[in-house]
Amino acid sequence: MTALDELTRPAGDDDVVGGVPARLVAAPRDTAEASALLAATPGLTVVVRGAGTKLDWGPPPRALDLIIDTHHLSGVVEHAAGDLITIVRAGTPLRSLDLGDQLLALDGPDGATVGGTVATATSGPRRLHYGGVRDLLIGITVVRADGKVAKAGGKVVKNVAGYDLGKLYTGSYGTLGLITECAFRLHPRPKHALFVRAVTPPSDAARIRAAAVAPAAVEIDSASGELAVLLEGTPDGVQERAGLLEKLLKGDISDMSPKWWGVAPWTADGIGVKLSVPLSAVPALAAGPDAVRGSAGTGVLYAAAAGITEVERLRAACVRLGGHAVVLTAPPEVRDILDMWGPTPGLSLMRRIKDQFDPGHRFAPGRFVGGI
Amino acid sequence: MTGIEGLAERLRRELGRERVITDRQELRTYECDGLAHHKVVPAIAVLARSTAQVAATVRACAEAEVPFVARGSGTGLSGGALPHADGVLVVTAQMRDILDISPADERAVVQPGVINLQLTRATTPAGYYYAPDPSSQQICSIGGNVAENSGGAHCLKYGFTVNHVTGLEVVAPDGSVTRLGGKALDPPGYDLIGAFVGSEGTLGVATEVTVKLTRLPETVRTLLAAFHGVDQAGAATSAIIAAGVVPAAIEMMDALAIEAAEAAVACGYPAGAGAVLIVELDGPAAEVAAQFDEVVRLCSESAAFEIQIAADDAQRALFWKGRKSAFAAVGRISPDYIVQDGVIPRTALPEVLRRIDALAAENGVRVANVFHAGDGNLHPLVLFDDAVPGEAERAETTSGAIIDLCIEYGGSITGEHGVGADKAKYMPRMFGDDDLDTMQLLRCAFDPAGLANPGKIYPTPRLCGERPGRRTAGETADRDGAEVF
Repeated sequence: MTALDELTRPAGDDDVVGGVPARLVAAPRDTAEASALLAATPGLTVVVRGAGTKLDWGPPPRALDLIIDTHHLSGVVEHAAGDLITIVRAGTPLRSLDLGDQLLALDGPDGATVGGTVATATSGPRRLHYGGVRDLLIGITVVRADGKVAKAGGKVVKNVAGYDLGKLYTGSYGTLGLITECAFRLHPRPKHALFVRAVTPPSDAARIRAAAVAPAAVEIDSASGELAVLLEGTPDGVQERAGLLEKLLKGDISDMSPKWWGVAPWTADGIGVKLSVPLSAVPALAAGPDAVRGSAGTGVLYAAAAGITEVERLRAACVRLGGHAVVLTAPPEVRDILDMWGPTPGLSLMRRIKDQFDPGHRFAPGRFVGGI
Repeated sequence: MTGIEGLAERLRRELGRERVITDRQELRTYECDGLAHHKVVPAIAVLARSTAQVAATVRACAEAEVPFVARGSGTGLSGGALPHADGVLVVTAQMRDILDISPADERAVVQPGVINLQLTRATTPAGYYYAPDPSSQQICSIGGNVAENSGGAHCLKYGFTVNHVTGLEVVAPDGSVTRLGGKALDPPGYDLIGAFVGSEGTLGVATEVTVKLTRLPETVRTLLAAFHGVDQAGAATSAIIAAGVVPAAIEMMDALAIEAAEAAVACGYPAGAGAVLIVELDGPAAEVAAQFDEVVRLCSESAAFEIQIAADDAQRALFWKGRKSAFAAVGRISPDYIVQDGVIPRTALPEVLRRIDALAAENGVRVANVFHAGDGNLHPLVLFDDAVPGEAERAETTSGAIIDLCIEYGGSITGEHGVGADKAKYMPRMFGDDDLDTMQLLRCAFDPAGLANPGKIYPTPRLCGERPGRRTAGETADRDGAEVF
């Protein structure tokens, strides 16, 4: 038996990415085995798959020989509570992490893995307070296209030794190699949380900022006209701040989030668009003809577009306002005639990075910006 | 005419004579940064006034195959801006315009020479400040902060420079100008801003920086707690973190550091303290009140023998004065010293401090400890007298052994000062060959000729030749033309 036979199995009917069927599937049990797999399969094109919750994101791969499934690369390597850090294997479902009275402040779709969350840089409402993936990831272990294993960062929060490759791999959509382990900064789980909900214009986010109440999240849903603020902290502090906002917004205090909170606005076969604009432009974006939902606190929002016209209209609006619009997911007939990523400043540098890290372009070819 | 003379002539022609320094005496001004015992006089210094001048300089260097080093205020502590003897020093200190302050976007756009504290002062009237606060914030530049990914006492809660930069204009090592990001988050593609911040000038020169502004907290409360020893102060730190409090800062100084600070700035720290902690909380008044009481209680329970609570901004400033002047203050009690910047997991603090004590005794040198206790970032100051034969070597040995301790405990060789020229030799102790090789792939993408700040960070440069690799059909179709600036 060759190394390839030992490490892989033939693909089944479900082993498809963006409509492209794979030939082989492998589920390495640790970083060393993943390294051996990639070293033994030069020239095979690869897509990495976690729980598959975002496998429909991005354009389909140009070619697909091998799916590397991370479900065996699972579990917590270390949780140093006193140091507020954890090291987790990439295939670990985010929601399964039991960190006691501590919190890895990343939100993602139900079932999403740590590796998939890092690879797509997904974050939820609480990014406003805790930062996104790039802010919480403090160390990373990857397997390169040639099978070599590399680490960057470490397990201390404060660390400027060498290039921070974790930033580069965050949001790289699996195009630079296989992520096998991630180290994160943790936060204490807040003792108390309350929502303040109001039907009020998105421009009120500016009044919330001026109030200096340090919200954990400020979300809007333009379809319902609702704005909701999450406050976290000590019971007394949260209660007092919530009372202040209740008056300011003429809203209601609730311990329940609105049903749209942190929920992607598109349906399974719809067009999902991620929008980002400067904070002052959020009201203008929300006042446009397309419904948007997301963070008025960070300027990162989402929309379900009805068709290509709507995508182009949203993109034009975002660009005019100083931001970007990326189509995350779309049905094949739309995806194939659309530039999902849109204009990408710095693309030539990005191509050079791809050429260095993956000279054979074996990792997720065609899935990323500019056909990378 | 030598290559350097030809380059100098070209730069004079393109930038104007007054922008280009070649006089050896004048060049001596730039022979070192804050790490003064490394000195190299550059062949040429350029005092750039604009992005176009930086780009013209870098392009000329690229064409002449001459290395270049960028320099902001020159306050770095790792020799990151140490010039190259046969190269050009690109000084951005005169590019000091604040281009835009937009409170409604919580962003400011600045040139790289803008001084860190100047930005905070300019945004305070609107209710904002720039959060990363290195101790040198009165003189260090934002461009230098970007190069080093500078931290500071308050990054425990607020993060480092990289967490506050959302846009960059970068002159790449071939002289091309690229704009990355802006006021909006998450530009499509690789996080080039994340990769660039902290790259210590080895990927190019930042010529414009868009940063986040942070809302001024409603309340700031600061206490100074005195302990008989560092063990109790360390225990108090752990107790505060374990209680789920995230202070804006927790700083510690040991007896020798306190002695130096008192001698230099008479900060009035409690007499007889073996260690002091400065703990600062900020945020909404309602949150801070409850947590501050808890911090006071935890310090008392960890045997603090005196707790002073800052009654006003003046007293708070005095608490901080001792801490922020500590490096310079050590000059009062020792003619020479080496500053280290290692990081350890916070929980290892008492143990590592005991071992540093033992190392100091073993090598016959004194070590003053000043550090960001909240995040385990040590700044041991190894004191020595260069006039005493052998003492410098013993100090160097101690310093290296402290670095090894940090690595042994799973930490880092540098938390905020950068690797630069100073710590490149320690990189292989923290990272393996494949790790360093992989990091340098990024370098090769930006700077295949290796002209941007060569010799820094990595002890062994990687050659960036063409590597064999399969090309997939179709991938080059849109290679050019898609670029948007």
